[in-house]
Amino acid sequence: MTENGLGHREKVLNMNTMNPNVKRVEYAVRGPIVQRAVQIEKELKEGVKKPFSEVIKANIGDAHAMGQKPITFFRQVVALCAYPDLLEDNKFPDDAKNRARRILQSCGGGSLGAYSASTGIEVIRQDVARYIEKRDGGIPSNPDNIYLSTGASDAIVTMLKLLTSGEGKTRSGVMISIPQYPLYSAALAELAAVQISYYLDEDKCWGLDVSELRRAVEAAREHCKPRALCIINPGNPTGQVQSRQCIEDVIRFAAEERLFLMADEVYQDNVYAEGCQFHSFKKVLFEMGPEYSNTVELASFHSTSKCYMGECGFRGGYMEVINMDPQVKLQLTKLVSVRLCPPIPGQVLLDLVVNPPRPDEPSYATFIKERTANLEILAEKAKLTEQIFNTVSGIRCNPVQGAMYTFPRLTLPEKAIAAAKEKGQAPDMFYCMKLLEETGICLVPGSGFGQRDGTHHFRMTILPATEKLKIVLENIRAFHKRFTEEFS
Amino acid sequence: SKRTGYCENRMSFLSVREISPKVRSINPTELEPLVKRAAQIKTELTQGVRKSYKDVIDVCWGDPHRGGVKPLTFVRQVLAACMYPQLIHSDKLPVDVRRRAQRLLDVCDGESVGSYTATAGIPYIRSNLARFISRRDGGVPSSPENIFLSSGSQISLTHVLKLLIHNQASLPIGVLTPMSTYSTFKMAVEGLGGAVIPYYLEEERGWELRVEELRRVLREFKDVCNPVALYVINPGNPTGHVQSRTSIEEVIRFAAEERLFLMADEVYQDSIFGEDTEFVSYKKVLSEMGPPLSHQVELASFHSVSKGFMGECGLRGGYVELVNLDPEVKKYIYNIFLTDSSPAVTGQLALDLMVNPPRPGDPSYPVYAQVRPIKIILWKLMPQRNILEVLNNIPGISCQPITGGAFILPRLHLPQGAVRKAEELGMQPDLWYCKLLLEEAGVCVGPGCEYGQKEGTYHIRLRVLTPVDTMEEVLRRLKNFHLNFLKEFS
Repeated sequence: MTENGLGHREKVLNMNTMNPNVKRVEYAVRGPIVQRAVQIEKELKEGVKKPFSEVIKANIGDAHAMGQKPITFFRQVVALCAYPDLLEDNKFPDDAKNRARRILQSCGGGSLGAYSASTGIEVIRQDVARYIEKRDGGIPSNPDNIYLSTGASDAIVTMLKLLTSGEGKTRSGVMISIPQYPLYSAALAELAAVQISYYLDEDKCWGLDVSELRRAVEAAREHCKPRALCIINPGNPTGQVQSRQCIEDVIRFAAEERLFLMADEVYQDNVYAEGCQFHSFKKVLFEMGPEYSNTVELASFHSTSKCYMGECGFRGGYMEVINMDPQVKLQLTKLVSVRLCPPIPGQVLLDLVVNPPRPDEPSYATFIKERTANLEILAEKAKLTEQIFNTVSGIRCNPVQGAMYTFPRLTLPEKAIAAAKEKGQAPDMFYCMKLLEETGICLVPGSGFGQRDGTHHFRMTILPATEKLKIVLENIRAFHKRFTEEFS
Repeated sequence: SKRTGYCENRMSFLSVREISPKVRSINPTELEPLVKRAAQIKTELTQGVRKSYKDVIDVCWGDPHRGGVKPLTFVRQVLAACMYPQLIHSDKLPVDVRRRAQRLLDVCDGESVGSYTATAGIPYIRSNLARFISRRDGGVPSSPENIFLSSGSQISLTHVLKLLIHNQASLPIGVLTPMSTYSTFKMAVEGLGGAVIPYYLEEERGWELRVEELRRVLREFKDVCNPVALYVINPGNPTGHVQSRTSIEEVIRFAAEERLFLMADEVYQDSIFGEDTEFVSYKKVLSEMGPPLSHQVELASFHSVSKGFMGECGLRGGYVELVNLDPEVKKYIYNIFLTDSSPAVTGQLALDLMVNPPRPGDPSYPVYAQVRPIKIILWKLMPQRNILEVLNNIPGISCQPITGGAFILPRLHLPQGAVRKAEELGMQPDLWYCKLLLEEAGVCVGPGCEYGQKEGTYHIRLRVLTPVDTMEEVLRRLKNFHLNFLKEFS
């Protein structure tokens, strides 16, 4: 009874009336462990004593948060666009000013504050098409097939929304890798589509075997209609860079099974290992000849959040659609118009990523130095991480061939697994929570990404500054030893 | 065809049949083709094609900057300094700008606007928004926990709709939606599988919202769908109507009686220009109505940096404040925002600058005070009473006064001959009118059919946040065109 004695009135929006799909959404990268980390940070600020002085958030692929500096040229141009009076300031190089002027000309009223077309500013879409052509050795790219988006996530979710239909056994099924980046599983849960899991092979450096794809899709046909195949290359969280052969196999498989291919290529510049190379799905597709390049339907995604620039907060991204049915394309264009347009500063940043300083331009020297340094440091840290983790008994780490993460396998004592069960936690969640409480290091348990039954992992980013990373790796090594002893 | 990347004469893997029926059910906007044609004509003009006009004037978007309104200097200086922090150490920018930029960078991870933020937005900014809301509402408490930022209010509107709309029952979930309204809201409802329940505003009474109409419409649709939410836009888009306190109270009482979740889109709250008109928020009125209503009625109110005196549509900054939500449901709100990762940082910063402008005594204050008040902005533009007078003096056009918002929605009294001709062409009469107006006079306005209107009535929508010269030219061309149009079709 409430104070006025009228009895408790049920809310219009309550647990029974709320969209039930919302309950199924989980996103481990920002999940309960992160919420605890934020709480601990608060406690530290309030002066609570802990065995550590700071929380290290190695849970999220955010380079700037871990101290990486932005690319000077990029920030100069967006600042010039934001406050064009600066075009009179001689501290800014001419090439930055020219870029800014060109971009502002294509903005309504010459302002970043005007809406753009929902697919993005035309001149930027053209620049993206040119970048793709150059990257893929001249294979043509049509700006009409480019959709700018609010980060790659926006475009990925839009595509999934587009192809989700059916009820019961006719529900759309979407193939996603296990382990996967949980945006996919979250979006599929919200859309009530069926997740078709295919397992990457940990023993083969997280390689992808077509026979596994076949197994997954055949089993899935019993209870859903498989429509699409999602692949992340370079991989998140697993860091593998697929071989060209593998990409061809996947394309062939998609063609046979008539699946729409979604290639998440946001880490395309993050390739570190010797003998590994990024091959874009589109390039491989076209090099396989017209039988495939005229028929396989593909969407590839890229963003400003990763690679060497790490501009997550700008929410810049795009997708390119290949061989999409024109009627379907109309529906896609209609669908993106509902959210109006992607943030203009993000579109501008994307334009700079695809149109960076050229060798003959004044800003080139600094640009190439910063870009190279960022990628080299990441490569060093990838190697360092693999090396150190593999010295720990009970931790086994595949080479970090690319992307920004390591996903090592943990051997956990039986007693620990039992203790976790008692708490109602996945064993790797139990492990990560304890690690957080004892060392302030925030990782994401492997259960948040999916893994083979009975295996345990965590995902750690390789982004903390090198010296800090060394300490983090040491602390995890020490923790793992303690943990193993405690639960033996 | 290599150009389109699509090979004809083959069966697509993904054909329209396989596309989500919800997506297919979305009614597309009429504006994009018009805007595309306007862009084409602009190009033709630069290529030397002869027309009876020298430029295309676009007054159909609700985009102040596109229309010639300048961004606020303080806002852009702070944003530039946040994006390129070397500017913080240069003395080219006023000291309050530099201080503010540093303060904002301090609350960004790694002191960079390139980092992700918390999913609901930077906590410091959420706190500031809560304080702003409380100030605006004369002290009614506001908690940062109930405020969620997003990359534009459209996204948070869609997220709230996502909570409300599901397909578990036999009848679709219904959302009462005003006619007229802008099209993307309707598209958002349809895209989620919901049903738009249209309610009509009373044109002859200045586009007033009457509860009798809400009641009528509920009766009519009760067996066809399950009404769950009531969406109101105040100040109205495109109608320019600002609700009185009494009207707001009536709507709240109605929502309580009929058990409807209230969605109050208040993005135009700073665009008030009626002489005696004042904006009062739904939340404030609700609070002042006292218990039990003030504790019961579930409300989501939306605001953004896109309109008002900021006009920063392209920065994508918006928020929703949730009032009286079920605590169990609140736990899941966060889930819906998760797949966006985090809202665009530039939009978040712009929100902070909107609610925390320069104060008297700050170096940036004099410039800011000169341009900020919307009435001043509008007095630099054509006074709305002048626009009204010109429009009402064109035979065949009548127009209600506007007291807020960004648009005016004059009614076209089209001759029968014109309506017949449009029907022959298979087009809505006002859309056809807009196409002709664009081709023959180089003026781009929005057709009433886009926004919803009473059957048999026709309207056009013009943006009033437009510089004087431009507006005068628009009205001149419109008058000429309309008189010729009447001659041809009477």
